[in-house]
Amino acid sequence: MSTEKEQIWIARDLAKCSGCRKCEIACSLFHEKRIWPEASRIRVFMLVPGTDFPHFCAQCEDYPCVQACPVKALSVSERTGAVLVDRETCIACGQCIEACPGRIPHMHPKEDYILICDLCGGDPQCVKVCQEGSWNVLRVVSKGNYAHRLYARKPEEIARSLAIKIYGEEGERLL
Amino acid sequence: MILGYAGKFLEVNLSTGEVKEAGFSDEVLRDYIGGRGLAAKILWDRLGGKWETVDPLGPENILLFLTGPLTGFFPGGRVCVSGKSPQSNGVVGSTVAGEFGVELKCAGYDGIIVTGEAEKPVYLFVKDGDVEVRDASHVWGKDAKQTVATLTKECRALLSKRFTTKGEWKEPSILYIGPAGERKVRTAVVAAKWTHAAGYGGYGAVMGSKRLKAIAVKGSGPLPEVADMEKVKELMRAVCNDVYESELWRRWGTGSGGYEVGAKTSSEPVRNWQEEWHDEKSFGVDQFESRVWVKPYWGDFGCPTTCLKVAVVRSGKFKGAMTDNPDYELQAYLGTNLGIFTPEENVFLASLIDDLGLCGIQTGNVMGFAAELFQRGILTKDDLDGLELNWGDAEAFASLARKIAFRDGIGDLLAEGTYRAALKIQEMKKADVLQYAVQCKGIGIGAHGIRSGKDYPENYSYACSVQGGDHTSTACLPLDDFRSELAMTFNDSAVYCYFNIFGIPRNLKFEFYKAVTGLELTQEDWINTKALRILQLQRAMLLLGGPDLKWKPKIHDSNPPRFHEPLPSGPYKGKTIDKAEVEAQIKRYYEAVGWDENGIPKSEALRKLGLDDVDKVLEKLR
Repeated sequence: MSTEKEQIWIARDLAKCSGCRKCEIACSLFHEKRIWPEASRIRVFMLVPGTDFPHFCAQCEDYPCVQACPVKALSVSERTGAVLVDRETCIACGQCIEACPGRIPHMHPKEDYILICDLCGGDPQCVKVCQEGSWNVLRVVSKGNYAHRLYARKPEEIARSLAIKIYGEEGERLL
Repeated sequence: MILGYAGKFLEVNLSTGEVKEAGFSDEVLRDYIGGRGLAAKILWDRLGGKWETVDPLGPENILLFLTGPLTGFFPGGRVCVSGKSPQSNGVVGSTVAGEFGVELKCAGYDGIIVTGEAEKPVYLFVKDGDVEVRDASHVWGKDAKQTVATLTKECRALLSKRFTTKGEWKEPSILYIGPAGERKVRTAVVAAKWTHAAGYGGYGAVMGSKRLKAIAVKGSGPLPEVADMEKVKELMRAVCNDVYESELWRRWGTGSGGYEVGAKTSSEPVRNWQEEWHDEKSFGVDQFESRVWVKPYWGDFGCPTTCLKVAVVRSGKFKGAMTDNPDYELQAYLGTNLGIFTPEENVFLASLIDDLGLCGIQTGNVMGFAAELFQRGILTKDDLDGLELNWGDAEAFASLARKIAFRDGIGDLLAEGTYRAALKIQEMKKADVLQYAVQCKGIGIGAHGIRSGKDYPENYSYACSVQGGDHTSTACLPLDDFRSELAMTFNDSAVYCYFNIFGIPRNLKFEFYKAVTGLELTQEDWINTKALRILQLQRAMLLLGGPDLKWKPKIHDSNPPRFHEPLPSGPYKGKTIDKAEVEAQIKRYYEAVGWDENGIPKSEALRKLGLDDVDKVLEKLR
């Protein structure tokens, strides 16, 4: 069995996101064999034009989503540290969404189970395409003692921060 | 059914509120592909018989939002907007970047056909198969930023209410008009994401005439099935790798032309094209980067180039102006063409133009025209409602842009676009002002001049184009040249951004088409048959024109008079275009595309392409 040291995490620098959405394309091709933005485990939100950012699991150290699941459909991969969804067990109740500080999990658009980033089993495809384009929004690092919850923020919160960062004091009124 | 298509179209009649599905045969899709080609086919079939009487701003016009089979697959997502153009009275395939086309296909539609006109302001909300015509009175009158913010919030709230366990909804993709479109200003755009616009054609005015403020689409399905996904992935990678290797647009955006085209090729409009050269280093890309950029890369679905850069004026008089960094065209038309040479003033005007829902090219063209008339004393301060349109006065031009968008005072006249305004001023002032109108067939010419001979358009490129002054659809010989209007028609019909094709092998787009659709298409078949057929349809409708204006090839297949004046400055000082030479070139072009000596498509050329019905209608022009 792997040690925790080999677990990975996707570091993120949201302000650099170009909005090219190649991460959505790569993720859905890997998991669904189709280009399917709404079924992608990583989703690019653009609540304010120019503030596009990827929204995906931050792997909180206490995994509130896993704890909230009433049917134990969610578990943590010992190898990668990712949250794994047992789609047969999942009852699509949405309690993991409520438990997530960033409301990150979302329902599969056609089937009744929740979508959460599984790190593609340890080789995240979104990071690859982001690096290929040298956008470097996403980067694989070893899982350390990060304040993960800081990264698990709701789309509106992230959009507001980015709007202020990019557009200055005017940013607030753009949302 | 051909692969790569969603398989159905949405048709909405705004007069009756009726929503239904429409479809086209495989044969039609094979021949006309989608986007611009299919637009020409739909418009001809439905309106061709009465084209001259159809008012582009009346309920009988049809407004089209069409994707193509490559939309979402070929890197760089776009959607094509079309209809009878209130600028040319013909058909323009006007594309706008963004996720709209992708969302639409994921919702299960290849396009939206809008007919009739609503009684009150409405917007269309499409969530997969659920289509609603919703009240838009609360956003009518709102600018771009307010409209996007309000509808984004409203549609996300609607989705959350209806799908309670879904989780957070991403925003739908929205196309909208600003105050200019609402007032049927002929230089109004159909816009997306504040700064993106389908500009050429003036379809913002058509949307406004139908009282359609916006269309918001959320598609939750996958993109359609393709013939060979492994091949599609390989080709996507090939396109991206090629772009990642090139520096110019990815690093600097097309704004890199701001200095290059002005100083080097000497083909940038300066003060309404009185000059085409400047050596203002203050207008170089690095000055924009250091002074106004706040984000160096911004792009649309699947795009490796991301030629957009977000810009904000951070201090001074124009503090708070925000937009994407003006691309080359807007640096020219809202900069040098108005005698403006600072990034801050340029960004200020571009931001305002976004907010008003105006086209930066067409509005910059008509404002430059008005300023030259002021310079020559033809339009006075009184005529201009007290404005002094001095070159370089960004605030005066901002006031004029607002007047145009709201059709206020002199703005009402200029809102008709350069050509129509020139005709009216000519009558008013009894002076030949058409000589200062730099346009072709009602469409202001893109910011690439022909006099120096160093830029890409040919002497006859605008004169012979079926889309008039559109710099993205220029006529040239040989017909299979990579930048010919026929070659460009493929990009606008398969619908993706052609800025991603420059470095790739020429047949890659046809390989891509095959990988998606499963259909073979050769360069030869495209140029000599399919694209030529689309060109003939566009030419036929352009020449039928009406109801307010008609084009006579003998007169209007020509360059603006200004292009026959010698360049007064720069490295190509004295160079001009010889009229007799252009006429000979136009004649050669006519022959190549099967038009008679009067510029009318010949009977045998049309019949060879199976366009017998077009031939019959054109009989009256011969």
